[in-house]
Amino acid sequence: MMDADGCGSAEHRIARRQFLGSLALGAGAAASGLGGLGWFTRPAMARHFARDQKRMIVFNLQGGLSQLESWDPKPGTDGGGPFRAIRTSVPGIHISELLPHTARQMHHLALLRSLNTKDNSHNTGPVLMATGRQPTPAASYPHIGAVVAKAFDSEDRSLPGHVRIQSGGGGRNLDAAYLGPRYASIGVTGKPPGDANPPPDLTDESARLRDDFRCRLNRRFLAGRDTAETDAYVQSYEMAKELVRQREIFDVTKESEKDQKRYGQHAFGRHCLLARRLLEAGVTFAQITHGEYDTHVLNFSVLLQMLGEFDGPFATFVSDLADRGMLDSTLVVVLSEFGRTPTLNAVGGREHQAGAWSICLGGASIVRGAVVGKTNERGSRVVEREADAGQLFHTYLRALGLRSSGHFTVGGRKMPMADPALEPIQELLA
Amino acid sequence: MKADPRQTHVALEFKHPTSFITCRFDPKGRFVFGSAHDRSVIRWELPTGAKTTLAAHDSWVGDLAFSRDGETLVTAGYDDTLMWWPVAAEAPQPARKVTAHEGWIRALAVSPDGELLASAGNDRVVKLWRMADGSFVRALEGHESHVYSLLFHPSGQSLLSGELKGTIHQWDAATGKRERSFDAKKLYTNTYAVDLGGAWSLALSPDGKHLTASGLHKTTNPLGWEHEPLILKFDWESAKLLSTHGLAKNERGLFPRARFHPDGFLIGGSNAAGFGAGAHLFFWNAEELPFHSFKMRETFFEFDLHPDGLQVAIAHQAMDPRAGSKEGMIRIVRMSAKL
Repeated sequence: MMDADGCGSAEHRIARRQFLGSLALGAGAAASGLGGLGWFTRPAMARHFARDQKRMIVFNLQGGLSQLESWDPKPGTDGGGPFRAIRTSVPGIHISELLPHTARQMHHLALLRSLNTKDNSHNTGPVLMATGRQPTPAASYPHIGAVVAKAFDSEDRSLPGHVRIQSGGGGRNLDAAYLGPRYASIGVTGKPPGDANPPPDLTDESARLRDDFRCRLNRRFLAGRDTAETDAYVQSYEMAKELVRQREIFDVTKESEKDQKRYGQHAFGRHCLLARRLLEAGVTFAQITHGEYDTHVLNFSVLLQMLGEFDGPFATFVSDLADRGMLDSTLVVVLSEFGRTPTLNAVGGREHQAGAWSICLGGASIVRGAVVGKTNERGSRVVEREADAGQLFHTYLRALGLRSSGHFTVGGRKMPMADPALEPIQELLA
Repeated sequence: MKADPRQTHVALEFKHPTSFITCRFDPKGRFVFGSAHDRSVIRWELPTGAKTTLAAHDSWVGDLAFSRDGETLVTAGYDDTLMWWPVAAEAPQPARKVTAHEGWIRALAVSPDGELLASAGNDRVVKLWRMADGSFVRALEGHESHVYSLLFHPSGQSLLSGELKGTIHQWDAATGKRERSFDAKKLYTNTYAVDLGGAWSLALSPDGKHLTASGLHKTTNPLGWEHEPLILKFDWESAKLLSTHGLAKNERGLFPRARFHPDGFLIGGSNAAGFGAGAHLFFWNAEELPFHSFKMRETFFEFDLHPDGLQVAIAHQAMDPRAGSKEGMIRIVRMSAKL
């Protein structure tokens, strides 16, 4: 068998738990350092550890989801649109009728209805939401997935800590910034990684000898060198080996037919089921991107389709996490890059609006059934408890049991985990 | 008086605080009705402009239809509900409410003999009802996507229904059996996993030889308004596509409605691309490009033709004040020389 621990050489042990002692809020966080549960063969054991491990999942509704047709409906107002507001499982909270299944899971979730992110660009808005900081020409910041993956990294992690589930193929992304390639996201699609099966004529012994030889060459080459490029190469190779070894974890068809049916026979349904599978297996952070929510044209008809597809699988996912005892340790966030205007344009569309919009989040230490913040009658302006992307970033970390004012030590320099000028949104935190 | 589209001019304007979705003249031509974003239906008496509000739906009203005698209005709500109203009552209240569909009801049609009402929408089912008492007659199933448009053939024997994905089914109104289909898939696109387009409206030429379906095509960026308006013209006998009507090259937009004038020319409407670029009524004869257009600053999706064949009511949207009126409006234009 190929060695699950890679070469076992010191050069592969990069940026290990140096930060955990200074970041974790309590004993739970120390336990949360466990990772890589994919190697558990007894489901009960895996479930036990899976319950304790901190994880995060982001549902990125790409393009700018209208808050008026989702989390902050304004029925009957000028520009409020045709959809009704429906009751949820939390008395007093109403959301759009486009989300009936999600409404039944509201007691697991919370809403922030007072986001003002001040950036309605498709280029920089998503970066701001992912990093909690406005990118500058001089500095880029790690995405939340990279931060969470690093914060909960461990010696024995055998799966990628930062995964993006997407339709458009796999590959590594450049979203870890100064945290390094180990925490950059890897893209998966719901099928086993391409070329994951070793050549049939390659015996285990041959593979082991070949890998030993590669490691010897590596050690010789790396002697006296320690650059990001060589780190990236080593990490990519080790990760590829692990993906091959555990390729079935990425194959959603290994889930029961019943579950595949429950989640739906479309890409988003499969992606949600894969996310559940990956989080159970020990992946720390997963992000699913869904749809085309940039509804400049026929906003209502398009959202009937988009949210009609989103609602069922998302609600099933939340319900499953709760049933499996994983919700208390898993932060669930449904975000976008900005919201949309109450005023309709000439073709029944809504334009970008970053000054007043909403997100949904839940699980981990988020207060269940909370609604924080308020917009005016039409939903064009925040009138209560304005919040921004940087505060949200702090909130995510705190909800996972991390001290968001902590820092990483990278190359001897202290790098703040989140914008040091900001703080979490306390009203969302239990 | 014969209509002359080249003489089209604004005759009346009826303002309202919110945008309008659609509008219809009653068959006797006494009133114009408009359904508004505030979920009401507004009735204006012609030409006095006396305004009455019909408020009962819990969502937008997507279509309006009348009994043949002109005394009853049926409204189709995005709240799953059909409502029957007395057309001319001083303070109209619904005489009947029927929970008719699951989801938006987008289209209505009344049979030529006035006996049947057809309704359809997002549940993909076409349903027939008795106009007189609202009782259910039958469901016509077979559409694969949201049904956008309905049209009874003047013979009363057939009902046509057009859907988002571009298929137009022809049904036997008496049996509910599907007789044949027209292929209007040119009007449908799926880009970036978004279904866009559809047979937004259906119309039959006065001589019965041509069926038209209106919508959009050439969608490169569906949500960025990069598509062109198009009307398909089919041969009724063979169901084959004969020709198209559109605009000059690279004109972007959508034809939500097109209908034949009794004199044989076709009328369509489209909003121009670009912020504040306005909207037009277009008029075609047999040629591909329009022989005349009438520009307005305010945008719209729907319009209707008065029984006199001279007046067109247009359901305008309220707009950003930078681009036009922030009020909604039913505008009536007249296709004849100014009096």
